[in-house]
Amino acid sequence: MKKNSVPILLTALLALLTGLAYFEIIDLYIQSVIMFIGINIILASSLNIVNGYMGEFSCGHAAFMAVGAYTASIINVALFTNDKVFGPAVLSSELALYCFPFVLIISGLVAAVAGLMIAIPSFKTRGDYLAIITIAANFIVTSTIINISSIGGARGFMGMKKIVFAMEDVVDLPWMLVWVCLSTFTCIWIIRRFVSSTYGKGIIAINNDEIAAEMMGVNTNRMKLVAFMLSSGLAGVAGALFAHILGYINPGSFGILKSTECLVMVYLGGMGSLSGSVIAAIVFTLLIEGLRFIIPAIDSGLHMIAVLPDSYHLSQVWKWVIIPLVLVLLMQFKPEGIMGNRELSDIFPRLKKFYKFK
Amino acid sequence: MALLQINNMSHRFGGLCALNNFGVTLEPGDFMGLIGPNGAGKTTVFNLVSGFYQPSDGEILYKGKTLAGLKPHKVTSLGIARTFQNIRLWKDMSVLDNIRIAQHHNLGYSLLDSFMRTKRYINCEKQIKKNSIDILEALDLIKYADDLPDNLPYGIQRRVEIARALSLKPDLLMLDEPAAGLSSADVQDLITLIKWIHKEFNITIWMIEHQMVVVMSLCSIIKVIDFGATIAQGTPEQIQKNPEVIKAYLGDEAI
Repeated sequence: MKKNSVPILLTALLALLTGLAYFEIIDLYIQSVIMFIGINIILASSLNIVNGYMGEFSCGHAAFMAVGAYTASIINVALFTNDKVFGPAVLSSELALYCFPFVLIISGLVAAVAGLMIAIPSFKTRGDYLAIITIAANFIVTSTIINISSIGGARGFMGMKKIVFAMEDVVDLPWMLVWVCLSTFTCIWIIRRFVSSTYGKGIIAINNDEIAAEMMGVNTNRMKLVAFMLSSGLAGVAGALFAHILGYINPGSFGILKSTECLVMVYLGGMGSLSGSVIAAIVFTLLIEGLRFIIPAIDSGLHMIAVLPDSYHLSQVWKWVIIPLVLVLLMQFKPEGIMGNRELSDIFPRLKKFYKFK
Repeated sequence: MALLQINNMSHRFGGLCALNNFGVTLEPGDFMGLIGPNGAGKTTVFNLVSGFYQPSDGEILYKGKTLAGLKPHKVTSLGIARTFQNIRLWKDMSVLDNIRIAQHHNLGYSLLDSFMRTKRYINCEKQIKKNSIDILEALDLIKYADDLPDNLPYGIQRRVEIARALSLKPDLLMLDEPAAGLSSADVQDLITLIKWIHKEFNITIWMIEHQMVVVMSLCSIIKVIDFGATIAQGTPEQIQKNPEVIKAYLGDEAI
């Protein structure tokens, strides 16, 4: 029971969400919030490998998301739909459903290869300088996409909705929700197994003392390569899912702002804590979505007590004042984040009786 | 064949000659001391051997093979382990994990095995854990296995660092000032420990140390360097009487 409690719980969660979505008990908006929570969990926990466990500062995570998003979209649109640029469908659109996991894996692999762009400079560069390289990598990727007009350039790329509909034609299920849940579980599971193995703990050794790690037989260059590629590969999977949920992507959505969102989630949750990343991704997504309703409420409240002039209304832009403010307050009063570098079972040791997660 | 042979090694940092024409031969089972005043270039020698620096000149032969161009982790996997002057344990990991990571060069499984938790992964991890516990038991550290290094007394941290180096199963162990910062009671323990390690593990030890009581009671050969140049080599008795050594340590007037 203890051994299987986590898989059972996750399967139940997947079944519950799918059921709720299938019988339309939760509407499309709630579904999309749940899917964005999943994507943000993947982004935060994968960035946590580099920024938390390895102690480097990568702020170009959205670049790899973009690589994954475009790879998956192009493969799917070119293979399974009739498209102006890529011509008629190569394969029957019914196969889209069965090929989707492979497309996710391929986009993850392509994004992992793109991760070499920052993994190789990291051999010689550390700290602030590497952070600058990662920002540069983010701009390189978005600018490259803007300049390829065959995939839409700055106007963006679309057609992924057709794939989603094709999948739903084969078996009528909320497929994107299923894929997002499965990918999120797989991602957490991969990272958990990686950082709890002696092999993966090499990156924590690099974080604590890189020279000692190298001298004690840890091949630091290879470990950095593995960490960066794993992190960017998982971001690529997140990007691929993101593209298919929205049905439309443009380079602007993978800019520095998106990378910053990933960073905020990692630091909110705590560096080097997987459960922290998960909690932070949930809190952060709910906060962003919640403010959609909270800001108008505050606005009408302030008008009722006549604090604000009638001509001025609080707009959604205030979201970008409130969220950074939350981060400032967090850094001031709990600089290590929600969880620090502890896991849920370190804070509540009694939980260990109920589950064994590895 | 000599275990470690260094011929005419020199190292320059820009215009500063940190080490000039250094040569040494260590036979298996030797216990050599390397002493000299501060800034003499002792730690530079260790950094050169362990691959952290590449010598500007000369060659290092380990078991007859050159170490030129090898990265530190490669040198370590050949069987040269070291400790550091200022303790460099990984502070976020328990003592047991510190020892476990030191077997990183010889894991026996790949990244995919760690994802899939294959049989090979489980067997290798079991072996690694057993090796680590064996080392901790041998050095009487098992009761600290789950503690973080920062929470341990300084003397114990030193022992853990030596345990970590030993877990690499080295043929040559290089100790960089193991007694620095220890109380005199701890120093006595350390001497007993190192003597025991030398005999029990049957390894060659090369030690940098400032405390003469440690050097004189452990080393069979001592090499003295000053300003990058070798000034003497011999048994402890010879070194104690050597005028060059006294001059280097105490100045001209002392003679």
